[in-house]
Amino acid sequence: MNRTLRLARVLLSVQYAYMLEYRAEIALWALSGLLPLIMLALWSGAAAAADLSLSPAELSRYFLAAFVVRQFTVVWVIHVFEEDALQGRLSPYLLQPLHPFWRYLAAHIAEQATRVPFVLAIVLAVWLLGAGASGWPPPSTWLLGLLVIHLAFLLRFLLQSVITMACFWSERAAALDRLLLIPYLFLSGLVAPLEAFPPGLRRLAAATPFPSMVDFPARLLSGGEVDLLGGLATLAAWMALLLPLYLLLWRAGLRRYAAMGA
Amino acid sequence: MGRYLRSLREFWSSSLAIELEYPANALIELLSVLGNLAGSVVVLALFYGRGHGLGGWSWDEALVVLGIYTLLDGFTSTLLQPNLGAIVNHVRTGSLDFVLLKPIDSQFWLSARSFSPWGLPGVLAGLALIVLAARRAGANPSLLTLLGTTLLLLCSALILYSLWFVLAATSIWFVKVWNATEVLRSTLVAGRFPVSAYPPALRTLFTLVLPVAFLTTVPAEAILGRATIPWMLASLGMAMVSLGLSRGLWRHALRYYTSASS
Repeated sequence: MNRTLRLARVLLSVQYAYMLEYRAEIALWALSGLLPLIMLALWSGAAAAADLSLSPAELSRYFLAAFVVRQFTVVWVIHVFEEDALQGRLSPYLLQPLHPFWRYLAAHIAEQATRVPFVLAIVLAVWLLGAGASGWPPPSTWLLGLLVIHLAFLLRFLLQSVITMACFWSERAAALDRLLLIPYLFLSGLVAPLEAFPPGLRRLAAATPFPSMVDFPARLLSGGEVDLLGGLATLAAWMALLLPLYLLLWRAGLRRYAAMGA
Repeated sequence: MGRYLRSLREFWSSSLAIELEYPANALIELLSVLGNLAGSVVVLALFYGRGHGLGGWSWDEALVVLGIYTLLDGFTSTLLQPNLGAIVNHVRTGSLDFVLLKPIDSQFWLSARSFSPWGLPGVLAGLALIVLAARRAGANPSLLTLLGTTLLLLCSALILYSLWFVLAATSIWFVKVWNATEVLRSTLVAGRFPVSAYPPALRTLFTLVLPVAFLTTVPAEAILGRATIPWMLASLGMAMVSLGLSRGLWRHALRYYTSASS
């Protein structure tokens, strides 16, 4: 237990210091997640918004929440892992008595911590510009929302980690991320609230893990109607499915690892 | 001039040979283009559901804009991403030294060294969508209109190139702006929709600061036969100014290049 705590502290503080070095570019990265706000601008002017069950204020709160969720669920492990595997940097990591999974996870969490001030600034700016001015959800919703954002991040991290294992079989596996990004963009609720979808498409989306990554936490955070237990159960079910798959693929892949590079 | 053309042929045939080592990527890219296109059409359809409109554009006209966006995205994957995305690494590892020593213009080398055939499906899909949608929208372009559209598309490509180059060149100062260019790519998503669909403030922003309007909306208007001389001139001017800016900035930036030593 002591060892775990110490490990976590060291890993996180090292990665946090490393990420702070790059705060300028993390600010840029924060800007790159503006899609929900662009979509908010479109929806607020579109006639089609009248058909939604959400009021304009609810709509802007939803997209603002989706923006926050997106900011704290950014995952890039596949790109780093591909480079590490190709250049042989993975080899020393494998010698250490710590699964490399934790190292990558710590890097992501540390990066989220450096993001906080930029995200707060953007949210404040958008809020002052008028979106969501009609009240803010109570602190209990907020705290619960933050918890669910972290679970959503874990799910996305796990999903991408599973795909990442393809790096053991191909030198260009990071291209798979482009494919994974498509359903994430269109089915998760980033571009439109799910109730705008036609029923068939909505059922399709519900059968994938993607709505758990944006729609569920964003809805919770924006104080909308949400099936809390059902949403949490879905998140847990997907993670329970992906974790064994990841471990299985990791073992199989490691046997193929050729330790290229220096 | 002949030397540059000869170099270009060597550059592209060698990068083609490298890329063809990874034939599976062709499939991934094809799926990614089709998936993105399908997703964008669905999102657009959400705005046009139940007879609503978007920014005064009909469904088919909006599809022309989407086609131009897809075309430019393919252009980005073919030339901009593989070349300008690599500048950051040249600066970080110091291999820019070797580029500067070559008896060829460094901006040309950095901008044209690589060629990725995987963007071509996007280019073709974009062209097909433009032709199909423009015909359905009732456009009957004369030769002059076609020439004008081609000119405007060239302007779009130049503006896009300059934006990418300027952002990539800043890595001379901010060593390891990991990939500032990704930010651009995600912000330009706004170009999937006609610029008149946005609120007035954003419309100004997308015209003057981040010229999304010139990238997709202006060429789309041209092929639909609605181009006006002032907008065409503005587009030409924008292209010239941004190209000149990228050139000037690169010259200026090189003075601050201090190389990287290990």
